[in-house]
Amino acid sequence: MRPIKPLFSYGPIPTYRMLLCAVLAFGLMFAEHRFSAVETARSHMTSVVAPIQWLVSLPSEGMRWGAMAVSDQQSLIDENGRLREQLLTLSNRVQRMASLTAQNVHLRELLNAPNPDDVPYITAELLSLDSDPFTQQMVIDRGRRDGAYVGQPVMDASGLIGQVVSVSAYTSRVLMVADANHAVPVEINRNGLRFIAQGTGQLDTLNIPSVPATADIREGDLLVTSGLGGRFPRGYPVARVSQVRPESSQTFMQVTAEPISQPERSRYFLLLFPPERPQDDTLDGAERMARAVIWPGDPGHPNANRIDEDALTAALTLIQAKEEE
Amino acid sequence: MGPFGYLFVWFTLLLALCLQVMPLPDAWLIWRPDWLGVLLAYWCVATPQRVGVLHGFVLGVMLDLIEGAPLGQNALVMSLLAYLFLLLYQRFRVYSIWQQAVLVFILLGIAQLVEQWLRTIFGPVSVSLEFLLPALIGALLWPWLFTMMQVVRRRLGIA
Repeated sequence: MRPIKPLFSYGPIPTYRMLLCAVLAFGLMFAEHRFSAVETARSHMTSVVAPIQWLVSLPSEGMRWGAMAVSDQQSLIDENGRLREQLLTLSNRVQRMASLTAQNVHLRELLNAPNPDDVPYITAELLSLDSDPFTQQMVIDRGRRDGAYVGQPVMDASGLIGQVVSVSAYTSRVLMVADANHAVPVEINRNGLRFIAQGTGQLDTLNIPSVPATADIREGDLLVTSGLGGRFPRGYPVARVSQVRPESSQTFMQVTAEPISQPERSRYFLLLFPPERPQDDTLDGAERMARAVIWPGDPGHPNANRIDEDALTAALTLIQAKEEE
Repeated sequence: MGPFGYLFVWFTLLLALCLQVMPLPDAWLIWRPDWLGVLLAYWCVATPQRVGVLHGFVLGVMLDLIEGAPLGQNALVMSLLAYLFLLLYQRFRVYSIWQQAVLVFILLGIAQLVEQWLRTIFGPVSVSLEFLLPALIGALLWPWLFTMMQVVRRRLGIA
């Protein structure tokens, strides 16, 4: 007798494949957690998906280009005027800054206090914001090739954005201060009281835990980096206190702050090279050399406070030549 | 299914991956449907002999690389999603289209829940029920997507 053809053909019940995938996935997660070799493998594999990253950034680039193309002359003239005005205001401020800095140096000399150094930097442009609603990260167009390193502080024009968490050859990923995984040591600009500012996962809110009820902290206080963790240089604005509420326990206060940087609006960022270098060997030799070339520079040097791109390239070629030997 | 069929499957899956990682304003991110999940679910239901767990794994790894998530997190979630749909694909053949949508919501929701669990393992996150929104919107899209893809698939003769 011919067997009756079943109404439904049974597809593969892929339990073994599922088990295999689960083991593989957990293995990958564990390995990435424990072994740094996975990090390098990952940065190579990221290049494989780079075309997709480039592809999905096309529409927004196109929109930007389109907006530029159709914006009429009048609005461009207006914008130009506004930018000129801003330039004037800023250069005015810079002039005052210069005299204040000179005065500050002089006073510090009188007090025999050490001078705080200018922090060198390179600029970076935003490549893509994170597409995941539960983390606050972004990708910028500077990588190992430019001297970026894991843990490097990132600023925008107004304040601290966050720090670099992974570096590939030409791009790196920045964890923002508002991410729930991020915390930064801060102090109140007004009186120097020190706290930790923790991210909450919301872009516009930071949480300041463990503030004693007696602490002198008010709404509107500016929080700047305290430099205590050794990772961020001192004195960069981080956030402004937005709410101070007594907690029911009467011993602590609930304090929230609003980040000063504007990651959703900025396109250009600064990667800082703070003088207190992390002591581990994640640092690229070329970058260290480039810093030695022009930093710490004499104040008379025109590039005293920044990394010279040419010097960096020269150092990199030198290093490469040395490695090839 | 010939080589053309496989090409078409991968083309649609990669398209879904692109939609999944397309940059959007911050406030809209949470409203993005789970494109990749829905498309993977469609192919698992339509051609369970061809598309399955390993497809989910590969796409998940690519998603991990693009999003900078811990390697393996999305890979696990996506292969689990494919597995669930392969277990239940026979029901889809007898369900009405809105019953299918409800089932899709439940399965995508389970996958999202597992993803949230994995996130909490790797570090602190802000947890709210919002994580179900991509699954809900994906399920609402299911009837249209399913009908459209069936028409396209039949016309191209992919079985």
